[in-house]
Amino acid sequence: MKTENQKAWFFVLPVLLLVAFNALVPIMTVVNYSVQETFGNNVFFWQGLDWFEQILRSDRFQAALGRQFLFTFLILIIEIPLGIIIALSMPKKGMWVPVCLVLMALPMLIPWNVVGAMWNIFTLPKIGLLGYFMNDVLGIAYDMTQNPFAAWVTIIVMDVWHWTSLVVLLSYAGLVSIPDAYYQAAKIDGASPWKVFRYIQLPKMKTVLTIAILLRFMDSFNIYTEPFVLTGGGPGNSTTLLSIDLVKIALGQFDLGPAAAMSLIYFAITLLVSWLFYTLMTKDDAQ
Amino acid sequence: MTLELKDATKRVRGITHIKPTSLVMEPGHFNVLLGQTGSGKTSLIKLMAGLDPLADGEVWMDGQNVSRLSTQKRNISLVHQFFVNYPHMTVFDNIASPLRVAGMAKSEIQGRVEEAADILQLRPMLHRRPQELSGGQQQRCALARAIAKESRAVFLDEPLANLDYKLREELREQLPELFAGRGAVVVYATSEPEEALLLGGKTALMDDGVVTQFGTTAQIYRKPDNLTAARVFSDPPINAARITKSGGAAHMDTGASWTLSGAAAEMADGIYTLAIRPHHVTPVPAGTDYVKLDGTVLVTELSGSESSAHFQIGDDGWVSLAHGVHPYEVGEQHEFYMDASQAFYFAEDGRLVA
Repeated sequence: MKTENQKAWFFVLPVLLLVAFNALVPIMTVVNYSVQETFGNNVFFWQGLDWFEQILRSDRFQAALGRQFLFTFLILIIEIPLGIIIALSMPKKGMWVPVCLVLMALPMLIPWNVVGAMWNIFTLPKIGLLGYFMNDVLGIAYDMTQNPFAAWVTIIVMDVWHWTSLVVLLSYAGLVSIPDAYYQAAKIDGASPWKVFRYIQLPKMKTVLTIAILLRFMDSFNIYTEPFVLTGGGPGNSTTLLSIDLVKIALGQFDLGPAAAMSLIYFAITLLVSWLFYTLMTKDDAQ
Repeated sequence: MTLELKDATKRVRGITHIKPTSLVMEPGHFNVLLGQTGSGKTSLIKLMAGLDPLADGEVWMDGQNVSRLSTQKRNISLVHQFFVNYPHMTVFDNIASPLRVAGMAKSEIQGRVEEAADILQLRPMLHRRPQELSGGQQQRCALARAIAKESRAVFLDEPLANLDYKLREELREQLPELFAGRGAVVVYATSEPEEALLLGGKTALMDDGVVTQFGTTAQIYRKPDNLTAARVFSDPPINAARITKSGGAAHMDTGASWTLSGAAAEMADGIYTLAIRPHHVTPVPAGTDYVKLDGTVLVTELSGSESSAHFQIGDDGWVSLAHGVHPYEVGEQHEFYMDASQAFYFAEDGRLVA
């Protein structure tokens, strides 16, 4: 008879328990809520997939999802190229390297709600430095509490200010790991700066850029704190992103069922798009 | 085509990396730069390639002063110790890249790339990416690029250092014929004396940013100008000891003495440095004129058909390298025999006397 070593279970079990309590159980609770209706007192009524259907069909959800995709799209299209450009123009050696790195890391060290509060005060008309400067010095009407466009510009600029550094630092790490020999080879061939970027720097940065894009996608798609503190989703619903809407439904209206269903849909979309990004960006290497 | 350095100097922030160097390198044979890591081989290559600016002096190619010319316009190739290929191009595109930048016609590029690929046996891999190739194939791809380009000068900076032993031997055998008859000046940097000997041609010995000697490889091996050159061109390191000459005899500080013959007998009385290659120091005497030395065995190594022993003699550490397997005990007193007729004698300023 073949004896099998069952000792492995002892090593896996603690991890399994840990994962169960911090991920599996909470998610299953959400799943539980998403298919039932409750009126408190732990009384539940089976609803099936009604909540999912209701959420997916609602104009409110579709609008919030649209805003969310627009926000994430703008963030990626601005932060990724900007991050690469900044990384390219940073010094590769010398006394300015640590200075640049610390300056770059600073915005990321500030707590998210503080970032929101900072930009709120910064942009308020009359009181804020930027608000005052735009309205009273330049004479450009700018009020992110009243004007949806101004609100959008403000949350985008705030996120760019807060998170471009992440792309910069990752790209920079990729850039400095390229041996000098590659640049010499390019010099000997007489390659133009664009070709050096296209055929040496970009391929060598690919791995870190994949990570940067994934992180920036997930973070911007799930963003909550900063825009909530800055605009509270307003004016009107113009900056109500998915997470802000979700909190309104779950904690404002206390509709736990629809909120749970929405959470799962939200999670599924994040997962799906992340997977798509990852597959597309690593497809080349698999060949 | 000749490549000529006229007092070429390199300085970085006040520190001299290459002291004024003058050399004339010719095609038709390998020009080996031999020196230890940090001796300035790569720095010198970068000066010739135009990758680093000259602090002083000039670089001439084919009777033309190229000191102010950009790297690209010098029409050179460089193969590194690392396998440098464009990662997201196929082998074909990698070999073709300098030709495309030069604006060559498509049909000619095709011909040249295929020719180079045939010479380096890369034909079946032309449509693969570099990272799908083995280390040896990647380096052959880099070499193919250098050959296809048909540049005026080819710099090979320790191209075999990162290959495993067998591949290194194989590629080293191919190298001379690869560049034979191409009219390019081939400069080959290495830290291994054995490689310089195998590649033949001419050798420039480098030490601390100075070319200490330049000439036919065999000639330099047989007659190093100075103690530094002798040290650079020996692996394992050359054995050295202080001797005193009085009359027709040499005396070592440890007591051994022997009668000098030939040119050594003509030296003026005084203090000299004796240097002798490890394979002229053996555990058994092969002739009657061998000088007996008593040493304490420190380390022994057996490599294939050779045994080597590091031993202490007076204040000096010496190495003996002999054919066959010799039993040594670490720590024991052992007799070694030196073929004094093969010794070099250097004056106190390091210059070869005999």
